[in-house]
Amino acid sequence: MSTALETHDLTVTYDKKPVLYGIDLEIPQGQLVGIIGPNGAGKSTFIKSVMGVLPVTGGWVKVFGEPLAKNITRVGYVPQRGSVDWDFPVTVMDVALQGTYGKLGMFRRVGKKERKIASEALDKVGMLDYAKRQIGNLSGGQQQRVFLARAIAQDCDLYFMDEPFVGVDAATESAIITLLQEMRAKGKTVVVVHHDLQTAPEYFDMLMLLNMRLVAFGPTSEVFTKEILQKTYGGKLTILSEIATEAAKNDLTKTHSKTP
Amino acid sequence: MSFIEYVLTRPFAGSDNGLWYLLMAFSVALPCSLLGCFLLLRRMALIGDAISHSVLPGIVFAFLLVKDLSSPWLLIGAALSGLFVTVLIELIHTKTRVKQDAAIGISFTTLFALGVLMVSVFVGKQTDLDIDCVISGEMTHIIYYDSVSLFGKEVPEPLLISYGVTALTLIFLLIFFRVLTLSSFDAGLMASFGVNPKVVHYLLMAVLSLVVVTSFQAVGAILVIALLIIPAASAYLCTHRLKVMLLLAAAHAALSSIAAMYIYVSFNCSISSAMVVAGLGLFCLAWLFGPVDGLIWKWKRRYLLAETYDLADRDG
Repeated sequence: MSTALETHDLTVTYDKKPVLYGIDLEIPQGQLVGIIGPNGAGKSTFIKSVMGVLPVTGGWVKVFGEPLAKNITRVGYVPQRGSVDWDFPVTVMDVALQGTYGKLGMFRRVGKKERKIASEALDKVGMLDYAKRQIGNLSGGQQQRVFLARAIAQDCDLYFMDEPFVGVDAATESAIITLLQEMRAKGKTVVVVHHDLQTAPEYFDMLMLLNMRLVAFGPTSEVFTKEILQKTYGGKLTILSEIATEAAKNDLTKTHSKTP
Repeated sequence: MSFIEYVLTRPFAGSDNGLWYLLMAFSVALPCSLLGCFLLLRRMALIGDAISHSVLPGIVFAFLLVKDLSSPWLLIGAALSGLFVTVLIELIHTKTRVKQDAAIGISFTTLFALGVLMVSVFVGKQTDLDIDCVISGEMTHIIYYDSVSLFGKEVPEPLLISYGVTALTLIFLLIFFRVLTLSSFDAGLMASFGVNPKVVHYLLMAVLSLVVVTSFQAVGAILVIALLIIPAASAYLCTHRLKVMLLLAAAHAALSSIAAMYIYVSFNCSISSAMVVAGLGLFCLAWLFGPVDGLIWKWKRRYLLAETYDLADRDG
């Protein structure tokens, strides 16, 4: 299996304080990868620095075996929903069309082809009926769907999503996960910053446990264990023991079910 | 002469000057209103304030070098110091823990103070560069400059320069519309496309400096902020579409320039101040009757809602 993302000794500092140290990682293609870790662990920083949105202090990043700049149109970024101003005077269609700008460039005109791509993407997330609405009139879940439609319109092979499940309703959450699974079925790789430990083992093939350093990375069944979670979160999380028991149970069922 | 004819020609009766003032007012208001839309959406409304105040030391410095108030070097010096203040603001708020609003407060006031000092120490009363002009500008002074023959009319030079800058701004906005929109809405996505939002920021600041500087003489350092923000804010209240917002802001600029001429001929007051007051009137209209969330419609909705509940109460 070839590699979608490779980082070597990736280090990011903010105001001379290190936020991420020496991240060595190889994410194979066609995986759903969750990034989990406590607040301030550098989860968002990791994907922002990989995408070149934040400057990297040391180390390097390769995407599909080449520097990011060479494959930039193959990589899509879905920022946190809260990072944009939802009062901005644009329509749902306008936002979906933004996804096509990666390939279209910043100066060429939007044509029929782009409109078709954007409409199909909106249709896919069930937001086509809202195409002409101003984005301010949408619910949190609908806003996230529009962001996903924009990502679909980008038509990339590797996606980075920053907390797509935050503040969305249950219906949207399951719609998103179905969508991610469809993407994976098409051989796309999706890396998702995730905060909910309860659902993490259910949603992701692989997990990346981050706390300024890379604590562990591997198939969910191997890394979602009590020891590794404790190492990632320290002792401060009260629900941790609960989760750890869950994890232990998971381990048991997985070892049982995986035995041929 | 009919009444309508009287009303229409009133500001232009007597000489060409009225026409020049109107054209000048519009050429200052138009680029300001369009750039103001992007400033408003980027939550940078006060950057215009900062730039307009900081151009003063640049103007004085250039004047001391060339000793000529109509030299284009003054424009260049002013634009450079306008750009300098935006760099200074970025520097303060990225390199220290001081936040952006405080950084703006520190940077422009200091540069303005420096400019005022330079005026009083080096320039004195010998020229047009006095503090009154700095504050509210003087539109009517454009006719004291050299003029250029155009279509058989003697057109004042500042007017031509101002229209040159307006044309430049329009071209800039046409070419960079998508870049400006995307970087205002979602700078992260734009960066992920490989376009650096910082570059876009400084490009916008450079054009803004140029516009602010050319309007400096006509409207002064303080009123230019009103021309940047009021049309944009009025348009913002009336629409949810960016292109419509830009068109409405331009219409606001035109209407307030025309209204200002009537105020000017009636009271013989400062045209720039009249323009700002007229602009505020239009803003209030947008606030009350704006099709998107005008107060009137809110009141009407509340009244209808209350009525419905009243009926429901009586029924139940």
